[in-house]
Amino acid sequence: MILETRDIGKTFGSVLALRGVSMGVEEGKVTCVLGDNGAGKSTLIKILAGVHQHDAGAFLVDGAEVRFGSPRDALDRGIATVYQDLAMIPLMSVWRNFFLGSEPRKGLAFDVATARKVAREELRAMGIDIRDVDQPVGTLSGGERQSVAIARAVHFGARVLILDEPTSALGVKQAGVVLRYIARARDRGLGVVFITHNPHHAYPVGDRFLLLNRGTSLGEYGKADISREELTALMAGGAELEELEHELRRE
Amino acid sequence: MTTVAERADERIAGVGLLRRLLIRPELGAVVGMIVVFAFFASQSEVFRSPAGIANWLDPAATLGIMAVAIALLMIGGEFDLSAGVLTGTTGLILVTLATQYGLNVWTAMLVALAVALAIGFFNGMVVTRTKLPSFIVTLGTFLMLQGANLGVTKALTGTVQVSGLRRAEGFEGARTIFAGTIEIAGTSFRVAILWWLLVTAVATWVLMRSRAGNWIFAVGGNEQAARAVGVPAARTKIALFMTTAFAAWLVGSILALRYTSVQANIGIGQEFIYIIAAVIGGCLLTGGYGSAIGASIGAVIFGMADKGIVFLGWDADWFKFFLGAMLLLATLANRLVRRYAEEVKH
Repeated sequence: MILETRDIGKTFGSVLALRGVSMGVEEGKVTCVLGDNGAGKSTLIKILAGVHQHDAGAFLVDGAEVRFGSPRDALDRGIATVYQDLAMIPLMSVWRNFFLGSEPRKGLAFDVATARKVAREELRAMGIDIRDVDQPVGTLSGGERQSVAIARAVHFGARVLILDEPTSALGVKQAGVVLRYIARARDRGLGVVFITHNPHHAYPVGDRFLLLNRGTSLGEYGKADISREELTALMAGGAELEELEHELRRE
Repeated sequence: MTTVAERADERIAGVGLLRRLLIRPELGAVVGMIVVFAFFASQSEVFRSPAGIANWLDPAATLGIMAVAIALLMIGGEFDLSAGVLTGTTGLILVTLATQYGLNVWTAMLVALAVALAIGFFNGMVVTRTKLPSFIVTLGTFLMLQGANLGVTKALTGTVQVSGLRRAEGFEGARTIFAGTIEIAGTSFRVAILWWLLVTAVATWVLMRSRAGNWIFAVGGNEQAARAVGVPAARTKIALFMTTAFAAWLVGSILALRYTSVQANIGIGQEFIYIIAAVIGGCLLTGGYGSAIGASIGAVIFGMADKGIVFLGWDADWFKFFLGAMLLLATLANRLVRRYAEEVKH
């Protein structure tokens, strides 16, 4: 287990954003975090990423308890996060984005030639087909942008990759592309935390499934313990769906 | 820009030299500079003579130093309205300390620098800590400095200017370095022009070839995203405000040593001219995009218009009209160029 939370919790003022959530991330495995809007997915990953600090329970990395002061601390421990909306800076080129915050140096200077070359090679190694690393990231499609961010995290030696809804804004084909990179990162031995509200995206790549609802855990399941249908039903809040169906039925 | 050895992707075959040039932020300014030069040079013989060039490069130099610093700050996503009046503050401190308190000119300059950097640090701290718009924060600093410049000067001298720097110890040496002239091919150029070229070169190197440059583009482009990948956003911004303050000190010192006296109201209104020069040079008002060379070219356009209108014997009032027209044209041109460049890249 690279990363583990035990009954972790977080409050913002009087709001209990997260209560008693336990989960684990293993090498070469994908842990999916599923939940509807407001379920606490964002709060949970922000704790893992070092943006927020938990105020209940324990957060362990490699079996030792930690408390990150900043995203930099998490990065230094090999925990990289790719956010849905703020993964990249649109007006900057692909290679500038790729090395942002960890620029290679040559003496005092930013080693621009190396940055361009490595960015191109790393993208190709992940099977990502970018036309030109000089183009602004804003001109890439959503799926391409996520993929560049994933390749970047892999290159910088991430051991755990946290992906915040990487597929939610994408079409079917684009989502498939991103899922393929998730599988590739997993095959390279990374532990992946994949946040999504779509069980059809989670089930094919996931090894463990953590379900969240209104800030609490509905349980963590191994793939063997849960079928796609059960996952979908749990996710949608089965009873609630039936109720809705009843309500919407024609008189 | 790509390495030659790299096999070109067939889908970028259409991106030729023209398009590569078009995505440079300073393109609009270069075209503007050529047009403005051609216009004045064809109308006035003095304008295109070496003496004339030295004449219009001088205002371009002092403006350019500030415009470059402001361009870096704007790329970093912030404004500094106190930059203009700070050139006055630093000049006043220099002359006051050297004439009223008998300090050596060099010592007085160091004190002025320390004060300027402290003000830049203050601006940066308030903006990064409170997250208030820098427009408001530096408007506050601007008004405070404007008041302090007048208040302190009046209290010390009973007038609204300090003068007599020429008699201060160390004046000649400092003047040679900051406000002297150099002869090139029989024409004397202000040494300020060299400072301006140096500032532009250093700023360009920092932007394009240093880690700090990457961080500046990033904090202006999307501060949260930058912070999420470990860019020290607050430190970068504070450093930018201090850079602007440093530039204000440099320009304030150059002007004080040149005229040996400083009016207490100097620099007021200049802050917008710096911003305009930076925008003409391709800086976006929203941050994250722009160039130091562009800002310098913006300053050249100003210098040419400023002096060119005088050479042609026009009323100097038309300068402001010209300014406004240039600004509008430049912003429109920049928008078109950027749209075209990004469209082509798809």
